[in-house]
Amino acid sequence: MESPEASSTSSEPSTPMHCEVPLRPAAGVPARAAPAGGPKVEIRGLSFFYGKHQALHDIDLDIQDRQITAFIGPSGCGKSTLLRALNRIYELYPGQRATGKIMFGGRNLLERAGDVNRLRSKVGMVFQRPTPFPMSVQDNISFGVQLYERLSRPDMEARVQWALEKAALWDEVKDKLRQDGTALSGGQQQRLCIARAVAVKPDILLLDEPASALDPISTQKIEQLITELKKDYTIAIVTHNMQQAARVSNYTAFMYLGHLVEFGDTKKMFTKPAQQQTEEYITGRFG
Amino acid sequence: MSLRQHTSQEFEAELESVRQQISEMGRHVDAVLESAVKALLASDSELAKRIIVGDEETDSMELEIDHLCLEILARRQPVAGDLRLLTSALKLVIDLERIGDLGVSIAGRVVELGSESPLIPYEDLMRMMMTAREMLREALEALRDQDVARASRVIDKDEVVDAYYSQIFNDILSRMREGPENIFRATRVQAISKYIERIGDHAANVAERVIFIVTGEDVRHFSRMSRSDFS
Repeated sequence: MESPEASSTSSEPSTPMHCEVPLRPAAGVPARAAPAGGPKVEIRGLSFFYGKHQALHDIDLDIQDRQITAFIGPSGCGKSTLLRALNRIYELYPGQRATGKIMFGGRNLLERAGDVNRLRSKVGMVFQRPTPFPMSVQDNISFGVQLYERLSRPDMEARVQWALEKAALWDEVKDKLRQDGTALSGGQQQRLCIARAVAVKPDILLLDEPASALDPISTQKIEQLITELKKDYTIAIVTHNMQQAARVSNYTAFMYLGHLVEFGDTKKMFTKPAQQQTEEYITGRFG
Repeated sequence: MSLRQHTSQEFEAELESVRQQISEMGRHVDAVLESAVKALLASDSELAKRIIVGDEETDSMELEIDHLCLEILARRQPVAGDLRLLTSALKLVIDLERIGDLGVSIAGRVVELGSESPLIPYEDLMRMMMTAREMLREALEALRDQDVARASRVIDKDEVVDAYYSQIFNDILSRMREGPENIFRATRVQAISKYIERIGDHAANVAERVIFIVTGEDVRHFSRMSRSDFS
């Protein structure tokens, strides 16, 4: 599946809604031909505060390139907070701050001087509940793209098709591109959101409980899609569903009360965890 | 590592039921071995025939544990230590069932021997059987207590059973050389000693599975590689 060629502009868009749609395509996004492996994101000493409440404590963690890293843990453990720190979405909310380092592309993402729009174009995010915009399927995709790229109509149509194919949705909606995105099924809506996220060609996809509101078949489709997307993207997924983490991820991080308890190979984590606390959580003894 | 109980008490009870049923099956096959020994020592063909008929109980216990494990796997999707327990239980009951079968095989040879006098003194055979049964009981206790050290000792003890087997085999060979009239009894007693040697192997398998359940370390094919029967 080839990406359509697209010319980019340097326009400065205002921040629309949340940053579910990655906001800006990075000029000269690195080619993804390099072999997978090695850390894509290096988190060092990350702490996070909601006002005076510390939600993350000194987290050290590497997110591997073109691998799927799952974050599990009971509610309030900080897994979504960590995910949200990765594209600084927390900056939209007053009183929230992060300290430490999140190294990505040779820069610390937490530095204020960093271009947050550029960051979010590289780090796409999909949320728990599908949130298609109240517009056509095609416009749902092109909306984010046209904020940062000036594409001809054929190029935009090609980009829409490419994104929908990436999200394994094209075959189901190719005859419904003018229909309202909100009319799709829940599973299709979520894949539309994923298509919207990949349309601006991010490097990293953050998925916050992407299948928790979906039926089992739609969930399987999302999981299959996540596995496919791994070829091109580095993926971090937060999930309450332990089996889902076991099924789709290469690495799993277990968090508890804002601390990283254990992080490692998913196969090992679900057969022979190193920490008793991990064992007790994943086997359903607490949480 | 002592884990707290599951949030789901039903799940906890199901796992406990697996452990209890394995213990019960272990006690049952040990009782089969005890009866087989009694039948051999007393040349009691009637007892031996009852052992053979009673094998269905061992088989039904195996099936019951199998079904329970499958049901839990399907309904609970266990992971980590729970997963290791259940997948090991599915294999462990095969070892227990085989031990029961070997007890039945001993009973079969007892029926064939009828009232023939012993070809060799049965002391070593009894010591061998006692060691094999100790291995079985200790392996089951190691499972109950999650005791890796005890399980390791069970594996080591298999060498003792193997040594008995070599000694008894040589004794039987000597008697066979003495005259063809000994061959009928010799082949039966040799078979019995081989059955006991296999009981030791299956008990060691149970102990290896205990180590896997507790630690996640798979010691199969490594723990006994240096033993004489592998060389």
